[in-house]
Amino acid sequence: MSGLHLEESPTTGDDTISNYTINFGPQHPAAHGVLRMVMELDGEIIERVDPHVGLLHRGTEKLIETKTYLQALPYFDRLDYCSPLCQEHSYVLAIEKLLNVEVPIRAQYLRVMFAELTRISNHMLNIGAHVMDVGAMTPNLWVFELREDCMNFFERASGARMHSAYFRPGGVHQDVPLKLLTDIGDWVDSRLPELFGDAMSLVLDNRIFKQRNVDIAIVSKDDALAWGFSGPLIRAAGIPWDLRKSQPYDVYDRMEFDIPVGTNSDCYDRFMVRVKEVYESAKIIKQCLAEMPEGPIASDDRKVAPPKRAEMKQSMEALIHHFKLYTEGFHVPAGEVYVATESPKGEFGVYLVSDGSNKPYRCKIRPTAFSHLQAMDFMCKGHMLPDATAILGAIDVVFGECDR
Amino acid sequence: MAVIHSAPRIASHDGVAATLEQALGAHHLRSHEEHGELIFTVAREGIEDVLRTLRDEHQYQQLMEIAGVDFPSRAERFEVVYMLLSVTKNHRIIVKTSTDENTPVPSVTSLWYNAGWLEREVFDLYGVVFDGNTDLRRILTDYGFEGHPFRKDFPLTGYIELRYSEDEKRVVYEPVELAQDLRQFDFMSPWEGADYVLPGDEKADTPPVDEPKVTDSPADTGAGADTDEKADDKVSAGSPAEEDGGDYRTPPPDPTEDRPDRAKRKGKTTDTKAATEPQATGGKGES
Repeated sequence: MSGLHLEESPTTGDDTISNYTINFGPQHPAAHGVLRMVMELDGEIIERVDPHVGLLHRGTEKLIETKTYLQALPYFDRLDYCSPLCQEHSYVLAIEKLLNVEVPIRAQYLRVMFAELTRISNHMLNIGAHVMDVGAMTPNLWVFELREDCMNFFERASGARMHSAYFRPGGVHQDVPLKLLTDIGDWVDSRLPELFGDAMSLVLDNRIFKQRNVDIAIVSKDDALAWGFSGPLIRAAGIPWDLRKSQPYDVYDRMEFDIPVGTNSDCYDRFMVRVKEVYESAKIIKQCLAEMPEGPIASDDRKVAPPKRAEMKQSMEALIHHFKLYTEGFHVPAGEVYVATESPKGEFGVYLVSDGSNKPYRCKIRPTAFSHLQAMDFMCKGHMLPDATAILGAIDVVFGECDR
Repeated sequence: MAVIHSAPRIASHDGVAATLEQALGAHHLRSHEEHGELIFTVAREGIEDVLRTLRDEHQYQQLMEIAGVDFPSRAERFEVVYMLLSVTKNHRIIVKTSTDENTPVPSVTSLWYNAGWLEREVFDLYGVVFDGNTDLRRILTDYGFEGHPFRKDFPLTGYIELRYSEDEKRVVYEPVELAQDLRQFDFMSPWEGADYVLPGDEKADTPPVDEPKVTDSPADTGAGADTDEKADDKVSAGSPAEEDGGDYRTPPPDPTEDRPDRAKRKGKTTDTKAATEPQATGGKGES
């Protein structure tokens, strides 16, 4: 500020200038959904931000209490609709932890692979949206091509592009055809690095992009911890914390990958952490494809996972199991667990309370965006109004998950 | 029980419970390990001290979540559950306390910034009050919402519904009106712990009678030749229809369509005007 001098107010002592309060959203594309932020501005400087969330509240947790464990699964696709499979991952692991059921190794590999594909597809959306929020159009169109490819892979595995409901307690729903695996391999080897590299070459060293992001919303390590940050935001703050590494689930402990961390903890670092994570995810996918064994894809515990259809045509017992699983569902031992996995946006947790019946007594979902969005006021204070869009883009919020 | 699931693996719980029990002192009520989770129950008044101790002296740096749970049958019906994470020890613990509708829980906003919204959420959905939280507004429900929807005694459908009214050109709020009852499918097996009574089952529990019921004898019912004879006696003069050729005492109702004083049935909503409706500009017809 040394070169600048503040201009005197043109008004004389009689008038008082009050701060200007505006509504950001709830219908603005840069608000990433239905977020309403009441902003108090002093000129163009943000004095205070009061985010109003809950405009997309659908009572998911209450609805889950009235459904059986399996019926509740598709709700998780609809929370963070940009990374559906990662939400399912937390939920099925929570159920499996209560049941203490073993998941076949092939199913674990499939889950990890599809969770990483989801991470790529989520980051494609966020990276594209972030650069568009600060003014660049083209990269978004390019990375959406890749997102589309991911959707096609999900469709070929589960039949649905977005709301897959592919992960099931005890494994996954169906095995994948070999052709799909080879196609994913080709895609990771050639198309992904090519197209993503091209798109990022437009952005990473771009002067305008850096002007809009570098040194915006710097958060110290201590603040990142105290605000409950997780995921790319805590890594951008320089803390190498990744649940896939520190608290591995499924076969993540067999994977070799690096955790990118930031140095400056600004919006640019958050963006770069995501860019690097895409390449790390690609590494994990390649390892999964190389190491994935043949074998069953769901638990052989017939009280948890349904039998194959062919088996049902021959065996009365299989038919009964199928009928019981899809009407009454399975009973989960009483108790409570909190299971958190590394979703693309951060720590996505499920706190599941069971009373021993076939329905969850309480299913609390820990959204990633809740803590991050709460820090908007702290991060925006003193920045210019257009910086708010960059900060919001770097948080990566999706309101299906934030509002539940 | 051997752990065979593949849920996240954290640092071992060995010795943690004993250490923390000692550190928490009088506020600690009980602790147990179940399904691989270490759960501490503490006194409500001490929750802030407990969490401060855990954060400052035992490296639980992050508060990941505050969850409310409702157990209506308990004296203190609400549980407030704090999920703590230590990024240095790679460990998680659950700390919980209980309260009722009127007793406030000490706020932990002085310890973690993000506790503010988490407490607001528990307040909004369960009605638990947090003493010391200066910004205890509703967060997830609508502006002006009444009640606490996640309580077990709050119906799933709620009480109020809203829609856009084409007549009033605004969103209107109305009491919930269901076209059919909300269906709750319950497939719980009645042999395995379902605690409801199936229709007809209540008869199984009626106590045995003193005198067993037997077939009535003619002496009990008065049946016999005398009764048969009496049954043949004429008691009335017959119906008037038989006497004078019959006529309607009450005329048949008018056909409903002709009722002039009855208002026409009307739906609740009116149709939105179609965008492609022909304009009354005149002149231009179809060629």
